[in-house]
Amino acid sequence: MIQQPEPKRDVLARRESIVAGLRALLPETGVIADALRLKPYETDGLPAYRQLPLADAVVLGLMRMNQILDIDYADRCATVQAGVTNIGISQAVQERGFFYAPDPSSQLACMIGGNVAMNSGGAHCLRYGVTANNLLGLKIVTVEGEIVEIGGAHLDAAGYDWLGLITGSEGQLVLVTEVTVRILRAAEGARAMLAAFRSNEVAGACVDAIISSGIIPVALEFMDRPAIHACEAFAHAGYPLDAEAMLIIEVEGSVAEQDALLDRLREICARHDPISMKVSSSPEESAAIWKGRKGAFGAIGRISPDYLCMDGVIPTSRLPDVLRRIGEMSEEYGLKVANIFHAGDGNLHPLIMFDANDPDSFARAERFGADVLKLCVEVGGCLTGEHGVGVEKRDLMPVQFSPTDLDQQRRIKEAFDPQWLLNPSKVFPLTSPPALAHAA
Amino acid sequence: MSGAVAPQDEAGVAAAVAEAFAAGAPLEIMGAGSKRGLLRPVQAARALTTRALTGITLYSPHELVISARAGTPLAEIEAAVAEHGQQIIAEPPDLGPLLGSEAARTLGQTLGGVVATNLSGPRRVAWGAMRDHVLGVRAVNGRGEVLHSGGRVLKNVTGLDLCKLLSGSHGTLAVITEITLKVLPAPPATGTVVLDGLSAEQGVAALAAALGSPYGVSAAAYLPSGAVGQLAGLAASATLARIEDIASSVTYRTTRLAETLEAFGRPRILDDATSRALWRSVRDAVPLRNGNGNAALWRVSVRPSAGPAVAQAVSAAFDARWFLDWGGGLVWIAGPATEAAHTAVVAAAQAGGGTWMLLRAPDGLRAAATVIPEEPAALARITRAVKAALDPKGILNPGRMYVGV
Repeated sequence: MIQQPEPKRDVLARRESIVAGLRALLPETGVIADALRLKPYETDGLPAYRQLPLADAVVLGLMRMNQILDIDYADRCATVQAGVTNIGISQAVQERGFFYAPDPSSQLACMIGGNVAMNSGGAHCLRYGVTANNLLGLKIVTVEGEIVEIGGAHLDAAGYDWLGLITGSEGQLVLVTEVTVRILRAAEGARAMLAAFRSNEVAGACVDAIISSGIIPVALEFMDRPAIHACEAFAHAGYPLDAEAMLIIEVEGSVAEQDALLDRLREICARHDPISMKVSSSPEESAAIWKGRKGAFGAIGRISPDYLCMDGVIPTSRLPDVLRRIGEMSEEYGLKVANIFHAGDGNLHPLIMFDANDPDSFARAERFGADVLKLCVEVGGCLTGEHGVGVEKRDLMPVQFSPTDLDQQRRIKEAFDPQWLLNPSKVFPLTSPPALAHAA
Repeated sequence: MSGAVAPQDEAGVAAAVAEAFAAGAPLEIMGAGSKRGLLRPVQAARALTTRALTGITLYSPHELVISARAGTPLAEIEAAVAEHGQQIIAEPPDLGPLLGSEAARTLGQTLGGVVATNLSGPRRVAWGAMRDHVLGVRAVNGRGEVLHSGGRVLKNVTGLDLCKLLSGSHGTLAVITEITLKVLPAPPATGTVVLDGLSAEQGVAALAAALGSPYGVSAAAYLPSGAVGQLAGLAASATLARIEDIASSVTYRTTRLAETLEAFGRPRILDDATSRALWRSVRDAVPLRNGNGNAALWRVSVRPSAGPAVAQAVSAAFDARWFLDWGGGLVWIAGPATEAAHTAVVAAAQAGGGTWMLLRAPDGLRAAATVIPEEPAALARITRAVKAALDPKGILNPGRMYVGV
């Protein structure tokens, strides 16, 4: 079980001087004045383990750095402070028909700084890429306190790809205070369809058939029976309650283009013995379909007191096997699980339901989760697609990486942060070779 | 290059680098060698080539991934994915003829070379760079240790992203031995909207309108009249916007895009065959091939709206031939291989807030010039520390990017 230690007394005593130091580094509004109100740094907006200050770490909150600094439609980019919400960027540019592409389910709450730290994706990254693919520049603060700009409004670095390395580094290398993102003009329109199937296997085969056909929908989402029921109760989106599995498929373009693509997709789905297929007939219906999907975590929260949201990634061809194994594990551990995931890119989000008031239930949930992630690696995937390693998965890192790989990553971390001051005790397992176990 | 060590497998690469590490002996790292002329000359008595590490190790079209050893000719990979109606997303250029290397003529370029230099073509403006689609790498660091990062899945934030760090690192951090790429279905049809005779400023404004339209423009270039040359379908300066999709959508979208661009002139629509040939020429910088084979070549990357000013500045400084890709943001320049010309390119790139890369020049100029921008002190320190973290004795392509790195 993850322990959340008390901060050390000497650190508590130093809070005032730490805040004063931060004030020198950051704009006035970026520092929370009241030392006792130092709040967690928002990472990905997820309810579980949102922030876990460890040992003697001080939590640096950037949520007050929430200004949009520049929007440039001619060069199709926007520069914002790290505390601007993901949706805040799209809202700021929507009047001109533009948007910021990565759209994690938590986009109402999560901040772009956290998106950079976790290289967040979302439902539409099959078409538009993840955070790293949509960034142009960063303003960073090194651990030495130097403020440096990386990239800008132009494409591609000439030197080493710091933008790419820092994105997804979970705050291990530098602090990010400003982000320049690409903004894109939205397509003429978009429409979603639902297809309901008799088994996870058949739905998985349908995903394969869609990708093999040469159509890349802008979104291709999968929900299993428990997820369908939980989300329908929450969103009343018309999800098929008699189905074992359901796909949400979205296409873009003019109405005629949408019709043509949806016709082809319906033909493909029809070859997989669907229980039902429904094409959204209005923007309201499409919105309801997405409300169910994007509200999935909250919907599960309504039926279970607690849940663990996993984030493994698998090769999409292994989907049926992996779902079958997760079902078996659910029986073995005596815990329910709902499966929701980005089918096009193999990013699974099994939601393991448990009761935190029952220590045995929690312990089983953690073991269940670890087994799911090990399974993901075993079939050729990885531990985390967009939520990050953090504390929860750090001890699983040796499942995916060799000791040489981990040592190399630690040496790169040290090149930025020789004293291991940034986000200590995260990402890297604490059981490390003695010479490199600085963080432990 | 004769005399280069050409290991047959990854273990052979590791052994060769470990030996060089023990001896503290620098190695020039290359694939086929077609890009040896990029950036600064490497001071190394021995060379190590990955050209014998060949073969596609995994191709799963329905999962959109392909893996191949670093020395696999890019053409072989392009052919393999084309057989399944797919393509390499970033449309990497074939600069062999432009760079004039003998290796390029006989061997072509390797996958490893393309990733190590992160060179992307016209589609970069809409679909990302080479590095955006590198899902996994295997590599040997400067100690001779085998590393891997990423994998064969489309999303991955597990650990630090060495795929991006090694992409574009020009062989200075590790020897890439195997690469996994994301690929996508190749759109079956291509069309181009062209506006004739615009100035560079008007052309880039039109390209901004095209890229800011809802029609999914996948490439946007401006060729001044001097660069149009023998290209089929063009006469005066050409402002070009490409649509790639299914045939009915290409027809619809090029028509609508042309209507959108009527404010800038009288748009024409080029057919599929003409479009494909034209964009291949833009991709490979064919407009800069003619002329003096000893000319220097640069790529400057700035915000798109600054592209015309860069072109104007270098044209004022020397007899420059140039054209713009990436909506105006990528300025290809050919000119005399002199320090004065290089200084003018650097000044123009800096004025535009962007970066530059010296692609071709005689060794003297390459060794003396800042072939890519120097970094601010804080980043320069991190660059050296990261270099030391991967290659502590500085034996991999020393000096390729920066003096002393």
